[in-house]
Amino acid sequence: MAMLEVKDLAVYYGVIQAIKGISFEVNQGEIVTLIGANGAGKTTTMQSIMGLIPIREGTVTYEGKNITKMPSHKIVEMGMTQCPEGRRIFQELSVYDNLLMGAFALKDKKGIKDDIEKIYTRFPRLEERKNQIAGTLSGGEQQMLAMGRALMSHPKLLMMDEPSMGLSPLLVDQVFEIIKDINNDGTTILLVEQNAGKSLAISDRAYVLETGKIVLTGTGKELMESEDVKKAYLGG
Amino acid sequence: MLSTILDGLSLGAIYALIALGYTMVYGIAKMLNFAHGDIIMVGAYAILVTLNANGHPFLAVIAAVLVCMILGIIIEKVAYKPLRGASPLAVLITAIGVSYLLQSVAQLIFGSKSQAVTITTAKMVKIASAEFNLNTILTLVVGAIIMIVLTLFIKFTRTGRAMQAVSEDRGAAQLMGVNVNKIIMITFAIGSALAACAGVFYLMQIPSVSPTLGSMPGIKAFAAAVIGGIGSIPGAMLGGVLLGVVEKLALNVPVLAPYANAIVFALLIIILLVRPIGLLGKKRREKV
Repeated sequence: MAMLEVKDLAVYYGVIQAIKGISFEVNQGEIVTLIGANGAGKTTTMQSIMGLIPIREGTVTYEGKNITKMPSHKIVEMGMTQCPEGRRIFQELSVYDNLLMGAFALKDKKGIKDDIEKIYTRFPRLEERKNQIAGTLSGGEQQMLAMGRALMSHPKLLMMDEPSMGLSPLLVDQVFEIIKDINNDGTTILLVEQNAGKSLAISDRAYVLETGKIVLTGTGKELMESEDVKKAYLGG
Repeated sequence: MLSTILDGLSLGAIYALIALGYTMVYGIAKMLNFAHGDIIMVGAYAILVTLNANGHPFLAVIAAVLVCMILGIIIEKVAYKPLRGASPLAVLITAIGVSYLLQSVAQLIFGSKSQAVTITTAKMVKIASAEFNLNTILTLVVGAIIMIVLTLFIKFTRTGRAMQAVSEDRGAAQLMGVNVNKIIMITFAIGSALAACAGVFYLMQIPSVSPTLGSMPGIKAFAAAVIGGIGSIPGAMLGGVLLGVVEKLALNVPVLAPYANAIVFALLIIILLVRPIGLLGKKRREKV
């Protein structure tokens, strides 16, 4: 049984249908990517799974439980969270307080200090700037903080929405390395990216989303070699 | 002069306590709760009822705080929560409706006439050869303590951090596992408790209660919140104190005294002309 199973998902903004009945699944331990152009519905899909946008039709099942109508904070408590598009760190809080917020859903309070140390080991820049107000961080540092904050809740499944957006090429490579690392440590990952080449290269499987529908699916390697994907998303 | 400033600071503390309710609810629930002033009035009647039943003044204060907290939570649940996601105008009109409802119910129960409420009799104390009203000093000291405790609560507790997070980015806070409905409920409870405290101090200055008691301090505290920068907690404190001092100074000058209220609102207009986001207000950040 898949860890996350999305079936015939349909989402509307008012009368406009943004997601037109898509189905996909993510298995434990995988990196799965949704690729697609701007406006294809990738972010909407993720936000509706997390309960931030109401789902009109279809079901979302996580670890065998129907979470279609579950409020976001309950979903986070079940071990699934999202590192949102545009990072959305709390700009007015310190780096340290942002990480504490990441652990908000944890019932066991004892490990939080240790967890923050672990995040600092992974992202040494965050330790250097732990007392700084997060809004003063550079774009790259903010992305590190967003990822660190998401990891603080010990997600079993982490959804990442455009983690490489707006970063320099060097940092983009670093972000994809970190995603692989996180996955190697046992976290299942659902990735949304416009950088199709880099994300397909690290993905076990991927789905291609076009105007609210899934048009193609396969392993990362298969899609990288597909003529359609090459033409539309890999620049040649 | 010194005693006028002290009077001003203590009136300012009252405005600040009320302004905090406006600003916290605005920051976290993104709405203007125009029924907030009337919470003070309900608290004042709770004090009246307790004192009339021969309750100790301290018990009356506790009763006011509890009644107001519960009322704040009920108002949010019944009137505002169903409108989450509705247009801001619908919420605003609902809040005005709640305000009139509270005033009308109070009028039905207690009548429209003012009734005297004496929590403490004013005692004068002598400090450094000048006489001060003990109630003024009590208001100032307790008001300051309440505001310090609130600031520490927001900065250093888990719930306080969650309130800051919801205020800045509701969606991101939900992704951290924050139950936004619960945070909004807590915000209304705290804001209403602060209003009850402000009501106690207000009655110590003007010892009478009527169904429209909350209107004037409510609207002035709202002006204070806007002056300080609505959504900003230190801003509400600063705006409240500033307004209180300006009002008492104006009242102390015979030529200006009849225009004290006008001067207070002129201050609002001037500050908004110079700095539309208020003294400590933050510009909304651009989304990257």
